[in-house]
Amino acid sequence: METKNIMIVGVGGQGTLLASKLLGRLLLGKGYDVKVSEVHGMSQRGGSVVTYVRWGDRVCSPIIDKGQADCVLSFELLEAARYTEYVKPGGRIIVNSQQINPMPVVAGAAIYPENLVEKMAGLGIQVDAFDALTLAEEAGSSKAVNLVLMGRLSKHFEFTTQEWMEAIEHSVPPKFLEMNQKAFALGQSA
Amino acid sequence: MKTLMLGNEAVARGLYEAGCCFVSSYPGTPSTEITECVAKYEEVYAEWAPNEKVALEAALGASLTGKRSFCAMKHVGLNVAADPLFTISYTGVNAGLVIGVADDAGMHSSQNEQDSRHYAKASKIPMLEPSDSAEALSFAKLAYELSEKFDTAVLIKMCTRVSHSQSVVETGERVVPEQKKYEKNPAKYIMMPVNAKRRHPEVEARTKALTEWAEQTDINRIEPGQDTSCGIITSSTCYQYVKEAFGDTYPVLKLGMIWPMPQQKIKDFAATVDRMVVVEELDGFIETHCKNLGLSVSGKDLFTNIGELSQNLVKEKLGGTVQTGTCLTEDIPARPPVMCAGCPHRSIFYVLKKLNLTVLGDIGCYTLGAVAPLGAIDTTVCMGASVSGLHGFVKAGGEEMEGRTVAVIGDSTFIHSGVTGLINIAYNESNATVIILDNSITGMTGHQQNPTTGYNLKGDPCTKIDLESLCHAVGIQRVRVVDPYDMDTCQTVIKEELAAKEPSVIISRRPCALLKYVKHPGPICSDPEKCKGCKACMNIGCPAISMVDGKAKIDATLCVGCGVCEQLCKFDALGAKE
Ligand SMILES: Cc1ncc(C[n+]2csc(CCOP(=O)(O)OP(=O)(O)O)c2C)c(N)n1
Ligand code: SF4
Ligand code: SF4
Repeated sequence: METKNIMIVGVGGQGTLLASKLLGRLLLGKGYDVKVSEVHGMSQRGGSVVTYVRWGDRVCSPIIDKGQADCVLSFELLEAARYTEYVKPGGRIIVNSQQINPMPVVAGAAIYPENLVEKMAGLGIQVDAFDALTLAEEAGSSKAVNLVLMGRLSKHFEFTTQEWMEAIEHSVPPKFLEMNQKAFALGQSA
Repeated sequence: MKTLMLGNEAVARGLYEAGCCFVSSYPGTPSTEITECVAKYEEVYAEWAPNEKVALEAALGASLTGKRSFCAMKHVGLNVAADPLFTISYTGVNAGLVIGVADDAGMHSSQNEQDSRHYAKASKIPMLEPSDSAEALSFAKLAYELSEKFDTAVLIKMCTRVSHSQSVVETGERVVPEQKKYEKNPAKYIMMPVNAKRRHPEVEARTKALTEWAEQTDINRIEPGQDTSCGIITSSTCYQYVKEAFGDTYPVLKLGMIWPMPQQKIKDFAATVDRMVVVEELDGFIETHCKNLGLSVSGKDLFTNIGELSQNLVKEKLGGTVQTGTCLTEDIPARPPVMCAGCPHRSIFYVLKKLNLTVLGDIGCYTLGAVAPLGAIDTTVCMGASVSGLHGFVKAGGEEMEGRTVAVIGDSTFIHSGVTGLINIAYNESNATVIILDNSITGMTGHQQNPTTGYNLKGDPCTKIDLESLCHAVGIQRVRVVDPYDMDTCQTVIKEELAAKEPSVIISRRPCALLKYVKHPGPICSDPEKCKGCKACMNIGCPAISMVDGKAKIDATLCVGCGVCEQLCKFDALGAKE
């Protein structure tokens, strides 16, 4: 099988690491070779964060290079736009349409570009943009954006809901399990 | 059992399985999780030391008593630990001693991009270089065997991509070797000239023996390929890029031990291929070795010595074609890291900027005080350099500089290497003003305890260094404590201490806003009626404040209610919820 590549991108503090942890666990359980690569450190302080998830028969490089991502899963709109170059021809971007202004925009030194969804689609990328934040709040917490996005992503996988639910159970604290499962379901049906 | 593990976690697992009993480290990205993970094993004693030199010396001590020991640091940490490193090479060890060092090509989180492999060669200490988590685990165990067999410390070199990537590992059981006896052995452990002169030939003989081992070991292995027009020598994460780019097309010599390197094995490999290429990040370390063997080889003529490599880069430079994607024509604004909402460092930098002071900075979250809109820092070099640099700056600069220059340094950094600079200020009597930004944690590297916090690595309460007494004890009479959230007082105190005709320390004390035990008042509100859109509150760069339709707006999910912005608003538009 050809190696599959998903990039998870967002803003430091949005919970991207949980998403990659969950995916990694699920894929390992399915018997794939898996690599998940994160960048720690400075990224915690509201900076741009990237995680790579790769799986297949044999995965070598821990990173995804330009033009290789089957899918970019983005927690924020501008971050999706930042990584279009990584999407493979015909690839997909699943994006939470929420906008978080980076400091240069807040400080008035740059502007947040408009109509990003249309512009990304104009590159021949399949763009699936939706408001994951509202769904997360509906599930009980704005922090559940990651599970809403996982739910949305699951539509493009062959795994059963049962398998996803098991991975969720292993990746989130029991206290928040119900809320996270609800968030996942909302993302899945959105 | 098969599991996914971060490279750093896998090193920790390897240490555990090898029966390591003692770990002393200083945090530093990307090495930190090795120590955090190993601390979770009850059987292993693990601690944060004040700095890397102390950590390595402590680990040596543990090895001498006969227990397997370990010490981890980031690449620049090895500069700090270099002094013991070079002489530990001479003393050798009793029980196994392994040193983890993590490089940061691409400088994801570092102030330089040095290549630690040079240290192995320079100190004549063997270095293993895993390329994924499975190797990280097995090399950690192997390192102890080598350490005891060859009577040497062993370095394990990690890098950001190996440290911070999860891949599949198979775990085993912990086996603790019998504790070795400590025996007094002056000729081996007292490195004064007469003994060191006898030890040096032993070190050279050891390197020879290790080179023999390097010829035989299967961690330096030749992987055959169908196309012998090109043969590739590589190691670490670059090995993975090569395999990703070319699969089993070209023969590959994969080096698991990067120092000392084999000689005959490389020559034999060269004889089987038409052209030999070294793929390595940063310096041409393997390449130089090959050239010293008289071999013709490509390397840095093809690949940059700046930043990271990748599979596309490797493929492209070796004549393959790569598929790329398309970027938007639009400028995408950068998203640099910023100080958190409510960060106690923010307001101090605002005051320093307002007073138009020259600020010698240091390394930590507070280095972000250098970026707009605060832009209040003049220099950042290495840990501790703010305090020691300030001494030179005001001593040489004279009275003119004294009144308008300060150093800023975090609590962890102060203990690491700031206090020695402060001793110099006291002893050599410079009229310097040092500000210790005491946020009661080592924030930058992900919130580790340190000697000023009152807790140890395992989370247990422990002795807490009293910074005021420490400063007094080294000879600083003027020590003041301020709350950074109170900007007026901060300003007054900074002015007074700059005016004073003797050295002073100002301790700016407020815990990091992200610490769980810190209770915040909760988000404030902005009153659009009162807000005149003057943007005064925007000058502190709090991510919770933005201007929407010409009025300040507070993001309630981010604001913690520190009240700093309120002090900037002349129109009383910002404040607690009624
Ligand atoms: C010699 C060396 N060791 C480790 C590091 C990694 N490092 C960068 S900043 C820092 C500590 C920061 O803690 P502190 O001084 O308390 O400031 P804070 O981040 O909490 O504001 C560390 C360990 C380094 N840069 N250099
Ligand atoms: S982690 Fe703590 S010290 Fe670092 S920027 Fe955030 S609040 Fe400030
Ligand atoms: S009170 Fe003001 S400065 Fe403090 S966190 Fe809230 S918005 Fe930021």
